[in-house]
Amino acid sequence: MTFLFSFFSLDHCGSRLGTKTMLGRSLREVSAALKQGQITPTELCQKCLSLIKKTKFLNAYITVSEEVALKQAEESERRYKKGHSLGNLDGIPVAIKDNFSTSGIKTTCASNMLKDYIPPYNATVVQKLLDQGAILMGKTNLDEFAMGSGSTDGAFGPVKNPWSYSKQHKAKRKEKPHAESEDPDWLIAGGSSGGSAAAVSAFTCFAALGSDTGGSTRNPAAHCGVVGFKPSYGLVSRHGLIPLVNSMDVPGILTRCVDDAAIVLGVLAGHDPKDSTTVQDPFKPFTLPTLTDVSKLRVGIPKEYLVPELSREVQSLWSKAADLFESEGAKVIEVSLPHTSYSIVCYHVLCTAEVASNMARFDGLEYGHRCNIDLSTEAMYAATRREGFNDVVRGRILSGNYFLLKENYENYFVKAQKVRRLIANDFVNVFNSGVDVLLTPTTLGEAVPYKEFIKEDNRTRSAQDDIFTQAANMAGLPAVSVPVALSNQGLPVGLQLIGPAFSDQQLLTVARWFEKQIHFPVIQLQEIMDDFSSVSENEKLPSISLKQ
Amino acid sequence: MAALMLRFCCAGRRWTLSCVDGAFRQGRGPLTGSMSSRIRGQRSVAQHSFTTAQKLKKGEREWAAVVGLEIHAQISSNSKLFSGSQVHFAAPPNSLVSFFDASLPGTLPVLNRRCVEAAVMTGLALNCHINKKSLFDRKHYFYADLPAGYQITQQRLPIAVNGSLAYGVCIRSQHSQVANKTVRIKQIQLEQDSGKSLHDDLRAQTLIDLNRAGVGLLEVVLEPDMSCGEEAAMAVRELQLILQALGTSQANMAEGQLRVDANISVHHPGEPWGIRTEVKNLNSAKFLAKAIDYEIQRQINELESGGEILNETRSFDYKLGCTVSMRDKEGKQDYRFMPEPNLPPLLLFDSESLPAGADPQQVINIDQLREHLPELPSQTREKLMLQYGLRPEYSFTLLNEVGLLEFFHNVMKDTKAKPHTVTNWVLNRFLGSLKQHSLAVSESPVTPSALAELLDLLDGRAISSSAAKQVFQLLWRSPGKTPAQIVSEQKLELLQDREALEQLCRATLEGHAHVVMDLKKGNPRAINKLIGLVCKAALNRADPTLIKEILERQLSS
Repeated sequence: MTFLFSFFSLDHCGSRLGTKTMLGRSLREVSAALKQGQITPTELCQKCLSLIKKTKFLNAYITVSEEVALKQAEESERRYKKGHSLGNLDGIPVAIKDNFSTSGIKTTCASNMLKDYIPPYNATVVQKLLDQGAILMGKTNLDEFAMGSGSTDGAFGPVKNPWSYSKQHKAKRKEKPHAESEDPDWLIAGGSSGGSAAAVSAFTCFAALGSDTGGSTRNPAAHCGVVGFKPSYGLVSRHGLIPLVNSMDVPGILTRCVDDAAIVLGVLAGHDPKDSTTVQDPFKPFTLPTLTDVSKLRVGIPKEYLVPELSREVQSLWSKAADLFESEGAKVIEVSLPHTSYSIVCYHVLCTAEVASNMARFDGLEYGHRCNIDLSTEAMYAATRREGFNDVVRGRILSGNYFLLKENYENYFVKAQKVRRLIANDFVNVFNSGVDVLLTPTTLGEAVPYKEFIKEDNRTRSAQDDIFTQAANMAGLPAVSVPVALSNQGLPVGLQLIGPAFSDQQLLTVARWFEKQIHFPVIQLQEIMDDFSSVSENEKLPSISLKQ
Repeated sequence: MAALMLRFCCAGRRWTLSCVDGAFRQGRGPLTGSMSSRIRGQRSVAQHSFTTAQKLKKGEREWAAVVGLEIHAQISSNSKLFSGSQVHFAAPPNSLVSFFDASLPGTLPVLNRRCVEAAVMTGLALNCHINKKSLFDRKHYFYADLPAGYQITQQRLPIAVNGSLAYGVCIRSQHSQVANKTVRIKQIQLEQDSGKSLHDDLRAQTLIDLNRAGVGLLEVVLEPDMSCGEEAAMAVRELQLILQALGTSQANMAEGQLRVDANISVHHPGEPWGIRTEVKNLNSAKFLAKAIDYEIQRQINELESGGEILNETRSFDYKLGCTVSMRDKEGKQDYRFMPEPNLPPLLLFDSESLPAGADPQQVINIDQLREHLPELPSQTREKLMLQYGLRPEYSFTLLNEVGLLEFFHNVMKDTKAKPHTVTNWVLNRFLGSLKQHSLAVSESPVTPSALAELLDLLDGRAISSSAAKQVFQLLWRSPGKTPAQIVSEQKLELLQDREALEQLCRATLEGHAHVVMDLKKGNPRAINKLIGLVCKAALNRADPTLIKEILERQLSS
C-alpha cells in the first residue's frame, strides 16, 4: 500500500520553505514572512492582484475589490511598521464567496437578481476577518445562490478548475488519444464554492470563505486539491451569509493546509449575538496540537458509503488511507449509518422548502433586480422573479412551495424532518459506540470536464455529488476534506473526516496528522504563471503594474 | 358552549333598527375622531342582545349568533420583536427600519426579551397556561409591506394557551346592571407586525412605510363564546384595560395598537353552527359592535331569504355602515407554514426549573413575572366596591372611561364629601357633561380640585344641591374661577336668615292654598311640591331640610 503514497511529493504545508515562492506558502508561513519583514502587505497584495488578473480565465472571482484591498494592505503595512500587527491574519489576502454580505462591495450570489446589489453591512465572518487585518481580494464565483455542485450554474459563467492547466494533469492527459486540442476539456471546479476553491488553489489568496449546505465547501476543495472545512453547525455565525438552507448552512473555510483552516476557524468561531443559532459557550482559539500517537484513535468506515458509483480509484485511495491509520496504530472499524440512502431525497425536500421560503424576499421592492412591468404588484413580482432567477432556483422554489402546501406538508416536510432526525441519530449512535472520527470519500471521483458535467442537469448532479458530504449537514457535524493524492489523470482526490458535533478541534488535529502522512503535491501552474514561478523569496520582487 | 340566544320577531329588521338606534344614541364623536372619542363611543354600543323577549310569530324560528375574535395588540417595547429598530408611532416614513426589517439578505432575527416578557405577563393576567417551550413559524404570503415574503409567528406551539377573560356587560332592561361574562382564550402568540401600504390612487402608486414592519404583536385568540357586538366590544374593552394595566400594550385603537378581526356565524339553537365569515380590521371601538351586529343580521337575512353564507373575508365600511366582501384571495391562501429555522425553541423557566448559574439576562422566570404583576382592572373594581361601597356598574364605568378613575381618585383625595356623593357627581353630572360636549376626561374644563371644592361647599351646607348644580355649570363655562368665587359672585350661599325663610314659607303657603288642601287631604307628596316652591322663591339658596321643618311647623300650627 505504501507504494501508492510514494508518488506524493514532499512539498506540503510547512516544508521546504526555502525554495517555495511567496504565494505558494501556507497562511502561517506567509504570516511569518510578513512579521519578519520579508515582504510587506502591499507587496503581497499586489502579487495576488496580479495573479488574479493572470488567472482571470478561471472565472474564480466575480468582483475583485482591488481598491479596497490595496487600502487595507496600506493600513496593514502601517501597523506592521509600528509593530502593532493584529495577529496571524494581518495583511493576509483572503477571498470571500459571493454569498457573504460585504459592506460597500457587490454581493451577487451569482444571480441576476442581485447583480448590482451592494449591501450596507458585513457578514459577521467577514467583519471578523477584517478586524484581524485580513485583506479582502474579492468575491468568488459560485452556482446561483449556492445551488449546485459544479460552480457551473451562475449568472457570471462557470468556474474553471486550475488543475485543468496544471503540469500534472496535462502530462497525464496527453496520454489520452483524444485530448490534443487546446483547452476544450477544462474541468469543473466543483461547487458551489468553486470560486473560493479555485482562488486558493491558484494561489490568488491564502484562505477563502465558502459556504457549506450539502458539501459546497468540501466538494470543490476535493476537486481543486485544497483543504475544505465545514465547522459544526452553531460554531460559526451565519449572520450575513445569504441563506440556502438556514438549518444546514455553515460558513466553510478553504485553505492550503489543515493548520491554516484551524487559524481561520479560531478567528471566525464563537457566539454571535446576531445569530441566535450560534452556541453560547465561549470559544477559545486553539493551536492544533501535533498528534504523534494515533493508537488511541478509533476510525469508523461507514459501510453504506461504499456505493457502486464510487470510482475505483477513489475507493482504493480510501482503503489505503484506512490502512494508513491502521498501520500507525489506530483502530479502524467498519460502522453502519443505516439511513444514509435516504439522505439525498430528504435533503431535497428540506432544501427546496427552505429555498422557497428564503427566496420569497426577492420581490424587487427593497433591493435587487426589478422588472419594468408595473401593471400590478403581482405582475411586477412575477416578472422580477422570472428575470432574476435561473431555472435551477425557480425549480427549487416551485418544488419547495409544493412540499409546503397544507395538503403536502405532513407527507413531505414533516416526514423529511423525521428522516433527518434518523440520519442525525445514526451519527450519534456511531460516535457513542466509541468511534472518534469517520473516514469517507469526499466525492465519487475526480473533477470531470465541463462538457461531461453539463450532460446531466443540476438536480441530478447535486444529488450524485452531495452523497458523501450532505449527511454531515443534516446532523450539523464538523467535516473536513483533505486532499490525499492525484488520480491517474493527475487530478486531486480528497477524503473526508467527520467528527462528533463540536469536536472541531479534535477533528482538525486528526486531519492535520493525516495530512502530514500523505504529502499531497503542490499544483504546478508554471506555464500560466511564468513570472510568478520565477519569483522565489530570495529574489528581488518585481514591481507589478496594476493598471494594465 | 353557551351562546347567548337572540330572538327576532320580524326577520330581525327591528333588531337591526334597535342596533342602529342604540349605536347612535350617544355616539357623537366624528367618524375619524381622536382616540378618546372612540373610546367614549364604546359606551354607546347597542345593547340589543338583552332586548330579546319579543314573542316569536308562529312559524318563525330563533337564531343564535356565535362570535369569536382575533385581536392583535402591538407590544409596548422600545425596539422591535426581532431587531433593534425603535418602535415609535408617527415617525417619519421608513425612519425606523433596520436591515432585518427591510429583509436584507443574510440578516437574522434576534428575539427581543421585553416582548417575550410582555407575552408571558399578558398570558398570566389572562389565566393562561404558559408553555415553557414555544416555537416560531414562518407564514408566507406576498404583500408589498411584508418585505421577507413571510411573517414570523407562532402557529404550532404558541407561548400561552387555554386562558379566560372575564368581562361585564350592562343590562339595559335592568337599569344598568352588570352581567358577568367569560370568554375563553384559545392562545396568545408572538408575531411580527407588517409595514404599511399607502395607496396613491392619483398616481396609481403604492408607497411602503416599513416603520411598523417587525414590531412585536400579541395575537390573542378569543374562542367563539360571544354572541353579539356588545359582548365582543366589552370583552375587547376589558382586554384593553388589562393590557394597559400591565403596560404590555398601549392598546390604542386609533393608533392601530389594537386591531380586531371577528369570526361570525349564526345558527338555529340546537343545530350545528353555521358557516362563518371573518370581518377584518375592526380598528375602532366605535364600529366593532356595529360591524358585528350588522354581519349577524346580514347572515340571518341571507339565510331567511333562502341564500347561503360563504366562508369569506369581509371588511366593515364605516361610511355605509355595512360589511362588504373583500373578494381577495387572502382567505383561501395557503400560507405554507414552515418552522423558522433561524430561531431556536423559546424556553421559559419557573423558579423550580431555573438552571443553576443561568445568566439572568438569558432566562425568563415565569414565577418572577407573576409576582410582579400589577393590579388588574378586576382587582381595581373590587377595591373600589369594597373601599367606597360602589355599585359594580359604577366601578365598570369608572375604569372604562379613560382617565375617569384617576379623576375620581383626585376628587376623593381633596374633598370631605362622602364617596356616594362623589360617585354620583363624577358619574352623572361630570361624565354627562363630558358626553354632552364630546370631550375626554383630560379635556375637561373642570379640574378635580374644583369639583372637590364644590362638593365641600355642598357637604358643609354652604350651598344647596341645586345651587351646586348651578355652580358646576358656571365652572364648566368659566374654568378660571373657583367654586367659592362663583358662589359669592352669584350670591348662591345658603340663606341663613331664619326669619326671612319663615316669611317665604308663609307667603308660599298663602299663595298655594290648593296644594295645602291637597296635603291635608292626605297626599304626602304635596309637601315636596311646597318645598320646591319655596326653594324656587329663594333662588335655590334655601336648605330644603330646613324649609321642610319650617313648613311642617307652620302647617301644624
